[in-house]
Amino acid sequence: MSTDIPEGKEAAVRLADSDFAIDRRDHDARSAIADYWGRVRSGELGALPAILGLVSLVVLFTALRPDTFLSKGNIANLFTQALPITILAMGLVFVLLLGEIDLSAGVASGVSAAVMAKLIADSGQPWYVAVITAVAIGIVIGTGIGWLVAVVRIPSFVVTLALFLGLQGLTLRLIGDGGTVPVRDDVIVALANKNMPVWAGWTLAGICAAGYAAVQLARWRRQRSRELVARPIELVVAQSATVAVVLLAGTYLLSLDRAPSPFVTLAGIPWGVPLVGVLLIACTFVLARTPYGRHVYAVGGNAEAARRAGINVTRIRVSVFMIASGFAAISGIVAASRLNSVTPDSGGGNTLLYAVGAAVIGGTSLFGGRGKARDAVFGGLVIAIIENGLGLLGTKAYLNFLITGAVLLLAASIDALARRRRSAAGR
Amino acid sequence: MARWEPLGMSVTPVLDLRGIEKSYGSVKVLHDVCFTAYPGEVTALVGDNGAGKTTLVKCIGGIHPHDRGEYRFEGRPARVGNPRDAAALGIEIVHQDLALCENLDIVQNLFLGRERRRGLTLDEAAMEALAAETLSGLSVRTMGSVRQRISNLSGGQRQTVAIARAVLWDSRLVVLDEPAAALGVAQTQQVLELVRRLADRGLAVVLISHNMNDVFAVSDRIAALYLGRMVAQVRTADVTHRQVVELITSGTGGGLGLRR
Repeated sequence: MSTDIPEGKEAAVRLADSDFAIDRRDHDARSAIADYWGRVRSGELGALPAILGLVSLVVLFTALRPDTFLSKGNIANLFTQALPITILAMGLVFVLLLGEIDLSAGVASGVSAAVMAKLIADSGQPWYVAVITAVAIGIVIGTGIGWLVAVVRIPSFVVTLALFLGLQGLTLRLIGDGGTVPVRDDVIVALANKNMPVWAGWTLAGICAAGYAAVQLARWRRQRSRELVARPIELVVAQSATVAVVLLAGTYLLSLDRAPSPFVTLAGIPWGVPLVGVLLIACTFVLARTPYGRHVYAVGGNAEAARRAGINVTRIRVSVFMIASGFAAISGIVAASRLNSVTPDSGGGNTLLYAVGAAVIGGTSLFGGRGKARDAVFGGLVIAIIENGLGLLGTKAYLNFLITGAVLLLAASIDALARRRRSAAGR
Repeated sequence: MARWEPLGMSVTPVLDLRGIEKSYGSVKVLHDVCFTAYPGEVTALVGDNGAGKTTLVKCIGGIHPHDRGEYRFEGRPARVGNPRDAAALGIEIVHQDLALCENLDIVQNLFLGRERRRGLTLDEAAMEALAAETLSGLSVRTMGSVRQRISNLSGGQRQTVAIARAVLWDSRLVVLDEPAAALGVAQTQQVLELVRRLADRGLAVVLISHNMNDVFAVSDRIAALYLGRMVAQVRTADVTHRQVVELITSGTGGGLGLRR
């Protein structure tokens, strides 16, 4: 029962130093890779499962269907197939970051697409009026969901399950039983069916690759000059180079003439791809670089802590549902473009589960607080490859359902196991 | 350890509460409580469960404002009706559950809700530099590690981050609610060191603790609550361990406390 801090003081200070100096050493490429491996082992998987999944699926389907799966035409097809899933998933990432769910995003995309198609086909409105109205309707739906979840405090699962049913009725009322609204507007149809000129594709890819490298290098230099925590330069260069290679390789594949007949040329990047690119850059910027994005992560990590820190949690909650439904509207428009029509079951069925699956496969956690916009792109590609590959294999419908369901469960299991791993690793 | 030199009455207390009364419904929780906290000193607030420590802290922080009594801050009467009033005065309370976001890193937590901006974007460089400076100012050397996620930190490190967040905002009074309750021996030592450093920087620190060793190791004054009454506020050097335990358990001891 003595007051013996003076004697123990030195030891305590030493201990504080050593305890806090875990990663004080200078980072070089090797220690950075070792750190990365350590993080993966402790459950910080990032995009790793999605990339492994992509590679193994490509290998698998190439082995099973060597002449069709990696044909030029099918590669372009894969990308357009992934577009609506990816856009829907990107909006859902915001909702999932809060640990909430939006089961109605798929049918919200159907309602928005139906409104757009009706405006063009029946009222003769120009495409931009139709698109703006459709997105506005998506945002209104999202505001309603957000209000019910954040203010009335109904679990998002229940609210959006109710809307999942209700909105299907709305689409049915708009289009009519068994009806179809054709989409013939040139601009809308071009989104998923027309390609950029080849030179424009190369230019865009070049600008994106150079821009990415410039942003990364500028950040590294800023951190270096102010003596902040910076990654080793080798890693920055390697990452920029990888992105450049992937962008340019994709552009090359899509710039090959994939027309089945030698008399016409069909080449270039589908217009929907740069649209996803723009959305990806915008979402990444918002989530990683703005106070709003920081607050979304904070509310997803610990809502009570965020509230005490002065963050308006209600506003953040409402806003993510607005974003998700707004993106759903865009996704619905792209899907309508791809199918050239809107039907009463547009956005129904497994659309939503594919999108949630895409986000989770990409690395967004169902438990909230972890995820990035790019997860939607990786996951969307994985889902599209599964859908496309199974189609080429000609598997029976029942098997498609079973396989896709199993992949979703697998992704969710990886998420849950990684989370357990993380909490075990947290000392 | 350098003890704060004896203070004359000339030093204005940072916090000076007189005759504070607080009831929850018909239950009177605080009776005529006086409490002072001086700059550069650690004032330990002790008392058994239900003695009213948490209620007093909630009155100080404006979470549950007091019903009656005088609240003076740095010599001036102050009205603290909600947590924002308290924050505006420079009062920071570190709650027992810390309120950190485990999925964010140290810098992001330190600036949560009060991010530095450059135009539309976050000024990460300025925040990181200021965070490193604050932590090393508290003699917590963290060069290179301020970008760790909270989920990778030990309990003592998390406590340190929570305390650093409280002092980042030019605060005058920091209230720590049982900072060492869930910590091991070494980490407790570490946090007590930090508490002492806060006071040595001139802040007024109020430390709530059940552990008499911690109280005697780090505090300059001890304020003992017994059934909602302040039974003694004395200099730590003037009392013994035994006296304080008696004050806590029976409200009287060694000539101090309630008159029987």
